[in-house]
Amino acid sequence: MMAATVTQHARLEASDLTLGYIDTAVVRDLDLQVPHGRITVIVGANACGKSTLLRGLARLLRPRSGSVLLDGEVIQRLPTRQVARTLGLLPQNPVAPEGVTVADLVGRGRHPHHGPFARWTRADDEAVAEALALTDTLGLADRVVDELSGGQRQRVWIAMALAQGTDLLLLDEPTTYLDVAHQVEMLDLLAELNARRGTTIVMVLHDLNLSARYADHLVALHTGRIVAEGSPREVVTEEVVRTVFGLDNRVIDDPVSHTPLVVPVGRHQPRRLVPSSPASHSRQETR
Amino acid sequence: MTVTLDRPVTAEPITPDALDVVRRARRAPVRHHRRLLAGLVVVLVGAFAARVLLGDFTVTVPDFVRIVGGEQIPGATYIVMESKLPRAVLAVLVGVAFGVGGAVFQTTLRNPLASPDIIGVSLGASAAAVSVIALAGWTGWPVSAAAVVGALAVALAVRAVAGDHGGFRLVLAGIGLAAAMQSVIQYVFTRVDEYDVQLVLRWLTGSVNGVAWQAIGLLALALAVLLPAIGWAARSLRATELGDDTAAGLGVGRGRTDVLMLLGVLLVGVAVAAAGPVAFVAFLSGPIARALNRGRTTLAAAGLVGAVIVLAGDYTGAYAFTDLNLPVGVVTGACGAPFLLWLLARGPLNAHRGRRAA
Repeated sequence: MMAATVTQHARLEASDLTLGYIDTAVVRDLDLQVPHGRITVIVGANACGKSTLLRGLARLLRPRSGSVLLDGEVIQRLPTRQVARTLGLLPQNPVAPEGVTVADLVGRGRHPHHGPFARWTRADDEAVAEALALTDTLGLADRVVDELSGGQRQRVWIAMALAQGTDLLLLDEPTTYLDVAHQVEMLDLLAELNARRGTTIVMVLHDLNLSARYADHLVALHTGRIVAEGSPREVVTEEVVRTVFGLDNRVIDDPVSHTPLVVPVGRHQPRRLVPSSPASHSRQETR
Repeated sequence: MTVTLDRPVTAEPITPDALDVVRRARRAPVRHHRRLLAGLVVVLVGAFAARVLLGDFTVTVPDFVRIVGGEQIPGATYIVMESKLPRAVLAVLVGVAFGVGGAVFQTTLRNPLASPDIIGVSLGASAAAVSVIALAGWTGWPVSAAAVVGALAVALAVRAVAGDHGGFRLVLAGIGLAAAMQSVIQYVFTRVDEYDVQLVLRWLTGSVNGVAWQAIGLLALALAVLLPAIGWAARSLRATELGDDTAAGLGVGRGRTDVLMLLGVLLVGVAVAAAGPVAFVAFLSGPIARALNRGRTTLAAAGLVGAVIVLAGDYTGAYAFTDLNLPVGVVTGACGAPFLLWLLARGPLNAHRGRRAA
């Protein structure tokens, strides 16, 4: 386990957190401080608990033990509407209601800002316009969401989360179902949001190399525990990748971003490379 | 895709142009919805007028005004005040109740088949109402209360059986309970001395015939409370429609959905107490209103569509066949069955969209 490279105070943190669905703990005794104003990416094999951890951080799951703290307060004890003004969430499978237009969908991100009897105001229109402009979807404002392409739709969902106007944004695999060009485009968009607005971003990603490229802070999860945490260079090592994914690999320098690049060693090679360190105990099933 | 990959994020202050685009895009659906509601109100007024003034005994508009004003016109006053007008008013009230109630169910459960008349909630209310009337001799508001309890019991039972799963499991559980409720109603009729076909049909398929003004007033009062409450609670639908996780992220817990569902159950319960479980009105109104509103959810239009369906169904039942006065439920039931088949044949029902990804 490596030391966390947290310099600034964390607004969102998990303390001794155990999460799980009935009887099975998916995340165990986990401590995590989300660095403020940075991009944190959670990586790990399938079913390692990364989505569960994100849902826990977003107060969608009640901890079995331990707690999630937002600005020092237990998140479950805060009024949910108040949390929604600080912390936005884009889940893995959001539902676009039939016939809903882009402007309407993005406008729904304003929900936490409306009291029981409040009306739509100019400030709401401004927030929607800004979110659409930031995601380059202004031209789609009057289109029906169902009719958009996958990449456009994902940007619209991010616009909805932006219209919520939160400093913290949690995203569960925002690049799923996108081809590689749109994955890069999506991550560029998030990186720019982070750079321009200082939005703290926490996301779960599948692609380790893209994670290493876009993360300021990388969290490697294995069977519900943090195996390594820190800058991509500290975390993405052959040893860690072998532990987390059970994959023989080489880590080289990414010629574009000079972040670590993982090259898998599969079985179908012209010649079989012998792993440089004994790793029989850490070989894990990858499904 | 018109998107370029290297386009920088625009972070300039929002231009008035952008604001304009957003405003126009946001208002277009609102405007369409308003026009739709206005159109439906016109159709409803027309259907209401036809129901009251036309038929086998026509009443002129001046006569109608005089009758409602309290003047006694031999023959006409009795027919209007004791038959035509109460039927029309009750048709509108139960139509609105079933239309809105059905749309609440279908929208919160995200399944057009999950309407109260299909998943047994209406029949549960009916079974409870007919039991207390026939076996205990209750009248007035306690009957409504019993119907509400019956509706609530079935709703809770369906939910307990289906768990978190929604979709077809919920529909199947509901269809099973609906059949059970139907047999309860039939059993009750074997226990009463006078076997009245109209009464049996009323509690099995619904009828707006022969209801006292007092019961109509009670229903109107219940709607006056429930409809604004639903209008208020339904605001959370804008978030809950996006899926449970997104809604939770927007600060809308599942409790808000439960409140809305509870109000929907109450609405269906009081309507059943007044007119019986008018078949398929709740099931038909939501999808029709949605189709008219370009696929978007609308509870208000569903209520108006429901009112028009019940008025038209009652008119057809009363006058389509000479010497045969069919209760409205028989007519709407006959229309509902083909619609159900059409909905099933149309393919996937989006029943599983937005289910919680566990």
